[in-house]
Amino acid sequence: MNDPSPVTGTSGHVATGVWRTARLIAGKDLRIERRSRVIVNQVLPFAALVMVLFAFALDNDDVLLRTAPGLVWLGTIFSLLILVQRSFAVESADGALDALRVAGVNPAGIFLGKSLALAVQLVVLEMLLVALAMVLYQAQLDAMGAVLLVTTIAPATTGLAFVGTLYGGLAAGARGRETLLPLLLFPVVAPVLIGATRATEAAFGAGSAAIDEGWPWVGVLLVFSALFGVGGTLAFGPLIEE
Amino acid sequence: MQSPAGTEAGTEAGTDGRTGNRTTDRHTNGNEDSAHVATTQTPPTASGSAHRAAGSARAGTGTRFTRVLGVLTIAALAVLALFALVLSPPDVVQGESVRILYAHVGTVWVAYLAFIVTAVSSGAYLWKRTSSLTWDRIAGASAEIGVLFMAITLFTGSLWGRITWGTFWVWDARVTTTAFLFVTYVGYLAVRGLGGTHEQRARRSAVVALLAVLEIPLVHFSVRLWRSVHQDASVAGSTDVKLDDEMLFTLLLGTVAFTMMYVWYVLHRQRVLAMEDALDDKGLDLALAERRNEGLEARDMTEGTTR
Repeated sequence: MNDPSPVTGTSGHVATGVWRTARLIAGKDLRIERRSRVIVNQVLPFAALVMVLFAFALDNDDVLLRTAPGLVWLGTIFSLLILVQRSFAVESADGALDALRVAGVNPAGIFLGKSLALAVQLVVLEMLLVALAMVLYQAQLDAMGAVLLVTTIAPATTGLAFVGTLYGGLAAGARGRETLLPLLLFPVVAPVLIGATRATEAAFGAGSAAIDEGWPWVGVLLVFSALFGVGGTLAFGPLIEE
Repeated sequence: MQSPAGTEAGTEAGTDGRTGNRTTDRHTNGNEDSAHVATTQTPPTASGSAHRAAGSARAGTGTRFTRVLGVLTIAALAVLALFALVLSPPDVVQGESVRILYAHVGTVWVAYLAFIVTAVSSGAYLWKRTSSLTWDRIAGASAEIGVLFMAITLFTGSLWGRITWGTFWVWDARVTTTAFLFVTYVGYLAVRGLGGTHEQRARRSAVVALLAVLEIPLVHFSVRLWRSVHQDASVAGSTDVKLDDEMLFTLLLGTVAFTMMYVWYVLHRQRVLAMEDALDDKGLDLALAERRNEGLEARDMTEGTTR
């Protein structure tokens, strides 16, 4: 944190304080990622590898074209797991999260900041996966499809980031968190996988899905994102204050 | 603590119930060790026999209420078995396979009830005015029983599905949501096992339980929407069966019997959890004191022989 002044969570400035904290935390996380290059050197290659492995497993151009949307989101969710673990490995090393709490930083700000940083990383990842789906699986994307895809990615990504941060914070510092996190995370993100896959199917025109079929799913994703955004902001404090 | 006095206390507690009920006895014996710890108020330096006496005063997790409830539950289950397997008629469409449903419906009802109890007690724990570790233990006990009953539900359901629909599994919205509910609460139990202080465990798991309440309707809604888009196999038709009185009675009896079983189990399990917590808190101190006493006794004896 380059700002020495403490972020107060009291009277009057609560809202601005939370957002400022969130911006600072997100900036810190992204700076760490930029300098360590773990995302570029490890996570993105992993995601690309998963896409190639899917092609080996399914071994049929028609099947790949049909399943491309689902594979994009499966790849995203697998990589989300790594990103979340990475995001909280940074915090639990050297007791960074404890230090933030001792400094009286608002937990809602920490939650929103870490979610924001995670969302930025996820967007980069999703762009790569969509590009790979178009190159490797021959998925097609027209102008309207691109609009739908961008509208899908926005709420899906924020939803995934909120859930990831929430459960990542829960498992942070606990024994056996590597194995616990997927058990907690995968059931919760199922609505995102269903909704985002169906909307992306419509965007790609996979399985003769029309563009119109995609929009209701964007609504599902928005509801999911809003609920876990609010729920996470409220729950994150009690979760990390131990 | 495998001392003769300990086992003696266990059999004593088991026989004074006179329920003839094996499950109660097992609970009592199995948790004899922690019973000592939970009820002993004597200081750790006191002699071993004194605190064993204090422990046997109230050993086990049974009370008069749970013993009566246990007997009634077993009786109800026996009557249920009689009605479900013998007295009720086979279904016109499903034949004998309808008998599976008497276990299926009762257990799924209990599983949902258990998860509601978990959510409510988690809320009660987090609410400052009612905050108590007892709520946390009720939530945990209830979730454990809920997961068990949900597993039975999924198992009986897939057996029934194999006979009636020809497949063990259908991607029906309700079936899928049930499976998700099961996995979610398996995760909840894993969170309870994370370690840390009792308060840490309680707060973490309470938050997870309340998040599950948020998650389940979303999963159900999205799965239903998904299935309505990809309508492959229609299941709804086959469940529209007219029930005769005996079948309805058996279903109702199953629900009541399994609910009694749930209450019985949760009471015992919650007390066992309380004992485990107490064991965590005091077990090491007591064990140290006992070993120290043993050491002292051994030294006295060797001094006695050398003298």
